[in-house]
Amino acid sequence: MTAHSPSPTSAESDDSTGSDWRLPLEDGIVAVVKESCPTCRLVAPVLAQLAQSGVQLAVYTQDDLSFPPGISPVDDTELEASYRLRIEAVPTLLRIEGGKEIDRLSGWSRSAWETFTGIPDLGPGLPEYRPGCGSRSVEPGIAEDLEIQYGGSRLQARRITVAAMEDEIESCFQRGWTDGLPVVPPSPQRVLRMLAGTSRDPDEVVAAVPPDLVPCTVEKVAINAVMAGCRPEYLPVVIAALEAACTDRFNLHGVLATTYSVGPAVIVNGPIRRAIGMNSGINVLGQGNRSNATIGRALQLVVRNVGGGRPGEVDRATLGNPGKYTFCFAEDEEGSPWEPLSVERGLLEGTSAVTLFAGEGPRTIFDQLSRKPDALARSFAACLRSVAHPKLARDYEAIVVVSPEHGRVFREGGWSKKRLRQEILDMLVIPGEELVRGAGGIMEGMPTAETLPKFLPDRLWFVHAGGPAGLFSSIIGSWVAGEAGSQPVTQEVQS
Amino acid sequence: MTERLLLDPTSERASSRRERVPRPSTLEGLTVGLLDIAKYRGDVFLDRIEELLTARGLQVVRFRKPTFTKVCPPGLGRDITSRADVVVEALAD
Repeated sequence: MTAHSPSPTSAESDDSTGSDWRLPLEDGIVAVVKESCPTCRLVAPVLAQLAQSGVQLAVYTQDDLSFPPGISPVDDTELEASYRLRIEAVPTLLRIEGGKEIDRLSGWSRSAWETFTGIPDLGPGLPEYRPGCGSRSVEPGIAEDLEIQYGGSRLQARRITVAAMEDEIESCFQRGWTDGLPVVPPSPQRVLRMLAGTSRDPDEVVAAVPPDLVPCTVEKVAINAVMAGCRPEYLPVVIAALEAACTDRFNLHGVLATTYSVGPAVIVNGPIRRAIGMNSGINVLGQGNRSNATIGRALQLVVRNVGGGRPGEVDRATLGNPGKYTFCFAEDEEGSPWEPLSVERGLLEGTSAVTLFAGEGPRTIFDQLSRKPDALARSFAACLRSVAHPKLARDYEAIVVVSPEHGRVFREGGWSKKRLRQEILDMLVIPGEELVRGAGGIMEGMPTAETLPKFLPDRLWFVHAGGPAGLFSSIIGSWVAGEAGSQPVTQEVQS
Repeated sequence: MTERLLLDPTSERASSRRERVPRPSTLEGLTVGLLDIAKYRGDVFLDRIEELLTARGLQVVRFRKPTFTKVCPPGLGRDITSRADVVVEALAD
């Protein structure tokens, strides 16, 4: 039971419901009550007193047509009037003049009711004040049903009828809407609840989603977020991830169409990580956290369902990787020796953001013996050389997910992120005779014997995350870097 | 269980109706499946259909549901779609 203080509020009713529906509101006072509310039962004699006083009074009851006793109430058990009048608490009194609401009052306060009605000595013997209860029309579950029934055109998506004997989850599979795992059936009620997670209008276009370049509305994102299992508060992160993925820089079309094994990896920074309970600790790149799991999945479902990016069609990946189901995690900013990824990429500290990276599946760097930053950097460099192929240089990119125990080595050694990057770049300037095709008896390699850096300076990134124990870090390799391929994109998360 | 609504998560470029596979214009070269739903005397009807089809030189494969009172077991559905091009189902009463 929600308590509402008796307080007059500004009157805006029928004009904003988006409907031509009109209550037969006669001038006078309208009271909305429910029998199950103790305050409504308390004021039942007051309503009778008002009726006898000659006030023009219409009482709408939400649950019991024999309540209040001695009054013939208007039947609002279907709650249409309560919905359209935007009743949030009961009892509520509305003052109607010229067929329009001009004032309202909720709960019971003798002095407020006397002022409102102009009738003195109301409810003798009653306490001075009692808060009301929540209106039935705003109860969870009921509110969404009412909006669907009476709320008009907020939801635009085509409605699909699932037959009585059909299983909804199976129906989603049969229609090709899933990534191979079951999805939450996107009922209008669930989608409305999801849309409460953003201040954006449902019909606002978020992005044109490759490969079909279909304009994708907030509503379509919400539908797919429902299917992925998101909670409403994750929706702004999903929207930001989609905005970032659908930029020219990220080149989602290419990421999808390539035969290479990459998919969009989403790294989350800023306060929203904690607000939605994201994991940046133990098993950070693995399963078990709802927000990590479902945000990445929602993005992939939008790509599949709205963009039309399906394996075997435009998605031509030879192998793919398990991260194409979902690949989303948060940086452990609080425990990091360095500034967050989003700050390094130009956003202000404290800004919630996503960074999209066209990533392969992660692979582990094992180093349990290096206790000095120089030694550990050499380990990182040796492992990073294998990104794409040890004999390919310059054209690929990588993120190193540095665990807390490895991060401690750099913190204690006083190495900034900038220094770590420069040292590794210097360690990975590779002689042309090692890179050239045929060298080492391996045909793959660079076309000439030019000495090259393995990575260009803006193509090596570090993110701090992982459990507190374990001298391991992880490499996420890229697709082709730069304008010919995909470039990381960082996007602010907006509510 | 009543009818329920879902919101379409797709770009809505394709029809929401799932169309049936078009009927073949001829049975020439096709394998005809005959599905007996295990209702009394359905087999009599299908035996005669099989005779007629076989006389026309067509390939016939017989299938049978364990009982007409329950929906088709999933394995049987897959079996029919993998071994027959068209199917005749007998509803006897």
